[in-house]
Amino acid sequence: MKERLNILVVGVGGQGNILFSKILGDVLLRVGYDVKISEVHGMAQRGGSVVTYVKAAEKVFSPLVDIAQANFIIAFEKLEALRWIEYLKKDGLLIYPDYEIPPISVITGLYKYPDVEKILQEIGVKTCKVEIKNLLSSLGDSRVQNTLMLGYFSRFLSIDESLFKKSIENNVKKEFIEINLKAFELGRKIESV
Amino acid sequence: MKKLLLGNHAVARGCYEAGVKVATAYPGTPSTEITEAIAKYDEIYCEWAPNEKVALEVAIGASIYGRRAICSMKHVGLNVAADPLFTVSYTGVNAGLLIAVADDPGMHSSQNEQDTRNIAKAAKVPVLEPADSQECIDFVKIGFEISEKFDTPVILRLTTRVAHSQSVVEEGNREEIVFEYKKDIQKYVMMPAMARVRHEFVEKRLRDLKEFAETLKINKIDTGTKEIAFIASGIAYQYIKEAYPDAWVLKLGMVWPLPEKMIKDFCSKFDKVYIVEELDPFLEENIKALGINNIVGKEIFKLTGEYSPSFIKKSIENREIDIPYKVNQALAPRFPVLCPGCPHRGIFYVLGKLKDIIITGDIGCYTLGALSPFNAMDTCVCMGASVGMAHGISNASDKKQKVVAVIGDSTFIHSGITGVIDAVYNGSDILVLILDNSTTGMTGHQDHPSTGYTIKGEQAYKLDLATLCKILGCSVVEEINPYNINENLEKIKKLIDVPGVKVAIARAPCRLHRRYKFAVSKRYIDSQKCKNCKMCLNLGCPAISIKERVFINENLCLGCGMCETICKFGAILTQKG
Ligand code: SF4
Ligand code: SF4
Repeated sequence: MKERLNILVVGVGGQGNILFSKILGDVLLRVGYDVKISEVHGMAQRGGSVVTYVKAAEKVFSPLVDIAQANFIIAFEKLEALRWIEYLKKDGLLIYPDYEIPPISVITGLYKYPDVEKILQEIGVKTCKVEIKNLLSSLGDSRVQNTLMLGYFSRFLSIDESLFKKSIENNVKKEFIEINLKAFELGRKIESV
Repeated sequence: MKKLLLGNHAVARGCYEAGVKVATAYPGTPSTEITEAIAKYDEIYCEWAPNEKVALEVAIGASIYGRRAICSMKHVGLNVAADPLFTVSYTGVNAGLLIAVADDPGMHSSQNEQDTRNIAKAAKVPVLEPADSQECIDFVKIGFEISEKFDTPVILRLTTRVAHSQSVVEEGNREEIVFEYKKDIQKYVMMPAMARVRHEFVEKRLRDLKEFAETLKINKIDTGTKEIAFIASGIAYQYIKEAYPDAWVLKLGMVWPLPEKMIKDFCSKFDKVYIVEELDPFLEENIKALGINNIVGKEIFKLTGEYSPSFIKKSIENREIDIPYKVNQALAPRFPVLCPGCPHRGIFYVLGKLKDIIITGDIGCYTLGALSPFNAMDTCVCMGASVGMAHGISNASDKKQKVVAVIGDSTFIHSGITGVIDAVYNGSDILVLILDNSTTGMTGHQDHPSTGYTIKGEQAYKLDLATLCKILGCSVVEEINPYNINENLEKIKKLIDVPGVKVAIARAPCRLHRRYKFAVSKRYIDSQKCKNCKMCLNLGCPAISIKERVFINENLCLGCGMCETICKFGAILTQKG
């Protein structure tokens, strides 16, 4: 039987976590999983906090990943990594980037942007921090952050790299395929801390 | 081939396969993608209607003519369409008529939580409720068959989690379905004499449907191995299967009318049966009304918000779940904000500066003007309500209170026009600010009669809002550029004091819309000139933030230049090159 995968993809509206989930879900379907993905729409897309759930198993019922059930949380933004941490299973893995997008509540001085590293250490979460800031500027397009993170995450699944690339080609608009493939490859090689 | 499909896209696919000829809607999350996906099929005529009432009327026409039709909306849209709904229940259909209504438990993007099943029951129409994308395809087809067999419109009820989840489906082929049109005023002209006859028919139809529900295959029992039993439908069914894989479950594919014998029979087998349903105790009350008493429902399950497998478990077993990792401090909330460069920002910045003015708001991106840093909105009730409410407030105060109604272009067409007619007719003194971003922004850039494009992207007649408002009898109709902050402050102040119903149309296209091209000249802050006074932060622009000093994130800046206008020290400059 295939290992059950409960994945949370969290970030800020506009960071492309629906596309990330779509590509990932597609790959998981191809290797024989039953897959469900649940996405967020509407108000949350205007720079709000967003979460997408990807579930894969022999048979999936609920499209939601429940509290304390995720074996992976993939965050596209540091503060969002903290916000959803209750969803992580004991000994699950949090993957997050060196990337901050301060919410308006921070910009206007109502709140402080927390010291994410410190809190994560205190509560004892297993993490991989991915340094992508420089890579993104080298690629010259911050919109491929999602495929970059996907490249990194793909190493945790024993699934052939080519399947991911094929899924990227199928799900990304023609003119953006090349840069997304490049981002994926770069992501796959990142050393995490 | 197996593929992943969004629930809404699966509904569209089902329509395609079922030979649907006409599809109509007004966009509204979580239902929007149904119609967007249908628009990709050339075989189906498809349109955005100005509101849900019109949309349903169009679909009714198509059905009577003998072509299968679907009309889609969100739960609050069904209120707008309630008028034709209650009567089409009487006339019935010719070719099948399906009304897809997406409820939003948890209010991910809605102003209330409302249970469509209640309206369906009141209108005496059957309701099907799919639980995943494959069922979305299947139930659309079954819905059309029921519609034609029983001469009734059928409601396909979705909830956000079904509409916006992707699960695996197998696609089929299209089948063309054509019925002949026959004039029949006894059936289609609902004046009292005929309507009385049809009401008898409707009551009989409901009894027939009840019988039919007993044998309908989509009402089914999952046999369990453990002594725990549930009745559920839709997404709640999935949650139960995950929380209690070995339980007995009576899954209702048709949630109205109910298969009474089947339910009685099922409940008699167990000491206790749990009824799991999000929102209202619809199944619970109707099952209790059958004289069944060994059921447990809302006394342990909540009436509000979404459910989850762990919520169901927690409610039944009365124990907390262990959460291994918790953050013990309040994290900075991340509310949605107007996008960088959004034209609405300029208007709300100005409105925020006005004192002693009530601002009635409406539904759309600009509802975000109610939040900090603008705090420039007092109300938001429903589509189009801002105008009528402004008129009401003005009169309640004997015209002493100055009121500004804000409304979007799409919303104005949806149901703001009638409000303006009312205000003009009754001699109001209000300012209506139409924030015209030339699209339906919040739901993802759908077209409408004043964008000049159809749902297929083809050119259409472009309704001119300024001309329209003049014809409606507004005392002043002015067009303003939302980016001219300083100018607009004076203009709006002046307009507020002019007697009559004044309209200012703040026109600038949505910055996220692909159709419009913008000259981008990114700004930066000259640290020599900047006094760090933080004035520019009051724009709530995601591109401007502060570490020790204020700075502009050039990845986010779209060069709208509004910050430049408000910096008193000339510290915000345009990048060269
Ligand atoms: S989507 Fe368009 S209208 Fe809505 S906030 Fe963004 S720029 Fe403004
Ligand atoms: S408004 Fe001008 S001077 Fe004040 S912080 Fe902003 S850039 Fe600096």
